Amino acid sequence: MEQKPETILRKTKILEALENEHTSVSFNDPLESEMVLNMGPQHPATHGVLRLLIKLDGETVLASVPELGYLHRGYEKLAENCSYHEFIPHTDRLDYLSPLSNNTAYVLAVEKLLGIETPPRAQYIRTLISELARISSHLMFLGSLAMDVGALTVWMWSFREREKLYDIFEKIAGARFTTSYTRIGGLAQDITPETLGIIHLFINELPEKIRECEKLLNTNHIFLGRVDGVGPISKEQAIDLGLTGPCLRACGVNLDLRRANPYLVYSDLDFNIPVYEGGDCLARYYVRMAEIKESIKIVRQVLDKIPAGDVRADQPKKVLPGKHRVYTKMEELIHDFMIVNFGVEPPKGEVYHAVEAPKGELGFYIYSNGEGQPWRLKIRSPSFVNLQSISVMIKGAMISDVVAVIGSLDPVMGEADK
Amino acid sequence: MSPSRGGGAYEEIREAELQQLRRHIYEEGWSNSSPMQAINEKVLGMLKSKYGDAILGANEFRGELTIVVPKERIVEVCRFMKEDGELAFDLLADLCGIDMYTPENRFGVIYNLYSLKTKHRIRLKTFTEEENPKVPTVTGVWGTANWHERETYDMFGIIFEGHPDLRRMYMPDEFEYHPLRKDFPLMGIPGSLDLPKK
Repeated sequence: MEQKPETILRKTKILEALENEHTSVSFNDPLESEMVLNMGPQHPATHGVLRLLIKLDGETVLASVPELGYLHRGYEKLAENCSYHEFIPHTDRLDYLSPLSNNTAYVLAVEKLLGIETPPRAQYIRTLISELARISSHLMFLGSLAMDVGALTVWMWSFREREKLYDIFEKIAGARFTTSYTRIGGLAQDITPETLGIIHLFINELPEKIRECEKLLNTNHIFLGRVDGVGPISKEQAIDLGLTGPCLRACGVNLDLRRANPYLVYSDLDFNIPVYEGGDCLARYYVRMAEIKESIKIVRQVLDKIPAGDVRADQPKKVLPGKHRVYTKMEELIHDFMIVNFGVEPPKGEVYHAVEAPKGELGFYIYSNGEGQPWRLKIRSPSFVNLQSISVMIKGAMISDVVAVIGSLDPVMGEADK
Repeated sequence: MSPSRGGGAYEEIREAELQQLRRHIYEEGWSNSSPMQAINEKVLGMLKSKYGDAILGANEFRGELTIVVPKERIVEVCRFMKEDGELAFDLLADLCGIDMYTPENRFGVIYNLYSLKTKHRIRLKTFTEEENPKVPTVTGVWGTANWHERETYDMFGIIFEGHPDLRRMYMPDEFEYHPLRKDFPLMGIPGSLDLPKK
């Protein structure tokens, strides 16, 4: 069918009106031009508010600059104006995928400063919750890495398991997400035998669920093609850039603070440190999967060995007394008043205490001048340091690999930005 | 600096409590493990024999050794700590700043070192003055110092001389203040951040 001449004329006019500097693009040579791509801070695959500026030649990454600070809340400034107890809830918001291990890390640093030991039961429970937090964080990693490279089923399955874990956290701490479970010198409350039973059930069925996920991934050509040999980093570079945690152990360095500088009851427990060579995304995936299995082993042993007893140290001048005693006894009321109003006043001094958090070495450096608030509190967050190596890992990779590398680094921006 | 809470009649009780607390810690004791102390002594001995005049001070607290070094020598000492075969502090765990809020030597930089070989931690410390605070960079020794120093510059305004890319880490580039300094108010300075209009 032939169009009328005036219709053609009108169409050209409309097109001409639309064509201006915003709609028309001209390339000199599309194959030889470089472009800068701004990825994030609101890109779904960047795990929060990470912004990456990537210089591309076609699909190859020539250089990249990570930008942080979109979630900076100034927790270190806040800590200088909080008493030591008041800062515990803020540690939940650092690595919000494993709040229980942050709570533990922080109180361990403060206890080192104060010089107090917690009762054995509290130490066992702290070990238990740290390992449950590690399982929870690694399940999140498993799901998000698989989803980043296109395997949506694993994401669903790992989140189903995480849901059960969050139910357990709710039973332990009273909250699913922001737990604030530990206290200086002990725990907020004891774990009931019923909760221990639920943990036992969960731990018994978890290995089978992990195996199901591994069946989908370990021999999957698409998954292996997306992660095998992608984002490599050498052992020397990893140490130079301060990588810690599973990312360092994927480069063949056997460093796990639970074994190297044992804290809590790790020296009494039997577990292995999985170390893989290669330093690529696949090695990081293998390390974390092996760590889930080791954590299951640790949780089993803790459940067997957990002793009876108190969960708070008997140091009335430093440790908050239970509320039932505050309401009935004069002494405890005075201590509660003093601790809440003036804070636990540690001696003058400085400590740095680091634990093996799911993402790496989580350290707290505290400088005390003898007052109820820390003079300086520095959070050494693993995600912050690990993210620094991303430029090295993605140099020369394809743009689709960037997503896989971010997934395998498993950064949490709440922790990286503090 | 920190505002005192309550006060008045309770001051006396507080002082008594504090003394009791200290007595408890120092007399009944929080034991330092002896192997750690032995390594601390060895490290300090080695540093003193090599850089006798450059060790301004050293103290041990809870088994952790802190060594104060003048800022002119910090790179040299760090390089020795890393490259010496016996010490081998090859991992810079953390680098951070501190504002002591004193007329002299107001700002400090703290280096928390870790040795993969001996699994030991040592802390180095250096101080700089309030006016024009400058410390040489250690990015040449440990690559990881890059972001740590940027963060310290952002938060305290300490200039790391020779740093390859000294930009702010968290705050916007046009921000004029350094928020972790003790004279920066907790609630911020009105108008210092360009926020969207209501």
